[in-house]
Amino acid sequence: MTATEVPPPLEVPASRRIFGLETEFGLHFRTGAERKVTSEEVAGALFHSVVAWGRSSNVFLTNGSRLYIDVGAHPEYATAECDRLDDLIALDKAGERIVGALVADGERRLAEAGVVGEIHLYKNNADSAGNSYGCHENYLVRRRSDFTSFAESLLPFLVTRQILTGSGCVVGTGASARYCFSPRADHMWEAMSSATTRSRPMINTRDEPHAHADLYRRLHVIVGDSSMAEPTALLKVGATDLILRLLEARVAMPALALAREMQAIRDVSHDLSGAATVELADGRSLTAVQIQQQYLDLVRSQVGSIIEPDPTTERILDLWARGIEAVRTGDSSAVWTELDWAIKLRLIERLRSRMGAPLDGPMVARLDLAYHDVAPGRGLGSSLVAQGLMATIVPEEAIVRAVERPPETTRARLRGDFVRAGIRAHRDFTADWVRLKVVGDEGRTVLLKDPFRSEDARVDALIASIEPADPRVD
Amino acid sequence: MPQVTSGEQPYDDIPEPEPPTPGGAPQAQTDAVDALLDEIDVTLQANAEQFVRSFVQKGGE
Repeated sequence: MTATEVPPPLEVPASRRIFGLETEFGLHFRTGAERKVTSEEVAGALFHSVVAWGRSSNVFLTNGSRLYIDVGAHPEYATAECDRLDDLIALDKAGERIVGALVADGERRLAEAGVVGEIHLYKNNADSAGNSYGCHENYLVRRRSDFTSFAESLLPFLVTRQILTGSGCVVGTGASARYCFSPRADHMWEAMSSATTRSRPMINTRDEPHAHADLYRRLHVIVGDSSMAEPTALLKVGATDLILRLLEARVAMPALALAREMQAIRDVSHDLSGAATVELADGRSLTAVQIQQQYLDLVRSQVGSIIEPDPTTERILDLWARGIEAVRTGDSSAVWTELDWAIKLRLIERLRSRMGAPLDGPMVARLDLAYHDVAPGRGLGSSLVAQGLMATIVPEEAIVRAVERPPETTRARLRGDFVRAGIRAHRDFTADWVRLKVVGDEGRTVLLKDPFRSEDARVDALIASIEPADPRVD
Repeated sequence: MPQVTSGEQPYDDIPEPEPPTPGGAPQAQTDAVDALLDEIDVTLQANAEQFVRSFVQKGGE
C-alpha cells in the first residue's frame, strides 16, 4: 500500500461493531456576584484553555474524541470510535475528567472578570426547570434496505431497558412524589424521527454513518440516561449491542410491539415495583420485567452460536439477569453497587431515614445533583468507588491512559496520533470524524471512511510531513 | 492539556473484577453509606433549595 492509495474497506466479522457515546453536561455556575452572568460567559471561561491550544471551542483531542460547546452553552464530549466495550467505558470516564479538568481555570477566569463562584458540571439529563439534554449512543450497523422495521423492532427493548440502566430520579411533588427509573423517560415525544430538539425521539434516524455509506449506517439512540456507574454503561451499550447482533443475523425478535410507546415509557419509569403493565399492539399486557426477560432469554439462547461466549458478554448477561430479578423481587441489593438507579436510591433512602428529608425536598434533589457532578471534588463518584458503593469495570490506569490516548484498534488511533503530532509540531490542522488536514498544505486532506481501520500509510505520511525533522525535538 | 505520554501500557489483560458482595456485610455497607453522607452533610445542608433551583440549563441536543 502506498502513501496515496485509498485502502479498501476492511472485511470485519459480524461481532465487531463501532460504538460511541455522546454526553451533554449540564453547566451550573454558583455565584453570589451581583452582576448577571450568562451561561455563554461561563462556557466561554470554561473552554478558554481549549480555545488557546485548539483555536476553536470545537476540537478533536489526542484520544480521538470530540469536545465542544453545544447549543445551549453546555459542554459536550463525544467519545472516539471504539470496537471494545472496555475502551468505550474508559473513554467515557476519561471524558468526565477532561471536562472536569477545565473547571479550575474557568473559575479563575470568571473571578478575574469579577464573578467569584463555583462551576458544577452534571453528567445527568434534566435541570430543575424540566429541560432535558441527552446521552446519545451510536452503534454502527450494516446498511440494509429495511432500516425502519429493523429500528422499530428495537423499540420495546429500549422502552423497557430503563428498569436496568435508568439513572433514577424523583418525579412529582407532595403525596405524588415517587422515585422513578429514568429522568429521560418523561422527555421522549416520539419513537423515531430525524429531529432532536424540536420533537425528541427515542431513535434519531439522521443517516450520518461517518463511514462508507454503502456499507454502514448509524443507529443513533437518544432515549438513554447518562451513566455514572461503569457497570450501568456496560449493560446499556452491551445489551443493546447483543440485541443488534441478533437482528443483524436475522434472528426473529419476540413479538412485543407496543401499542403506545410514549405512554409505555412513562408508565414503566414511574413504577419502581416493575408491576406496571404496558399494552402490546396485539392486545396483550406485559410488565417491563417480562419483556426484558424475553430479550435476555433470546440472547442467552444464541450464546455459543451467533454470540461467541466471552467474559464481557458473560458479565453483561449476569448483570442483566440480576437487574431484572432486583426489580421483580423489589430487592435492589443484588445490584446496588452496579446500577445507577439502585446506587442512588440507596443513598436517598439512607438520607431520608437519617434526616427525615422528604423525597421531593431540596436535600434529596441536591444529593441527586451531587451524584452526577463531575467537577473535581464536588461529585460523589470517587467517594462512592472508594467506599465500595459503586463498582467499576475498567482499571484506573485505563481511564488515565484514555484521557490522552485513543483506542488502538479503530480509526480513532489515526485521528489521535494526527492530533498529537499537529500539536507537538505547532501546526494548524483540522480534524473531524472522517477527515484529517494540515492547514496551508493543499492537497493533503486524508479521507478516512473506514472506522475499523487503525493503520493507514496515508496518515503515516501525513504525520511524517508535519513532525519536527530533528529527532531530538520531543 | 499535556499531550505527551510515554511508557504507555496496553491494558488487554484487565483483571477480572471482584464479584459484588451484596449480602456480604450489611452493617459495613450501611456504615459506608453513612460515611459518604457524613462527607457531604455540609453540602446538603447549605441552602440546598436555592442551589437546586438555580440550576437551569438551556435545552440542548
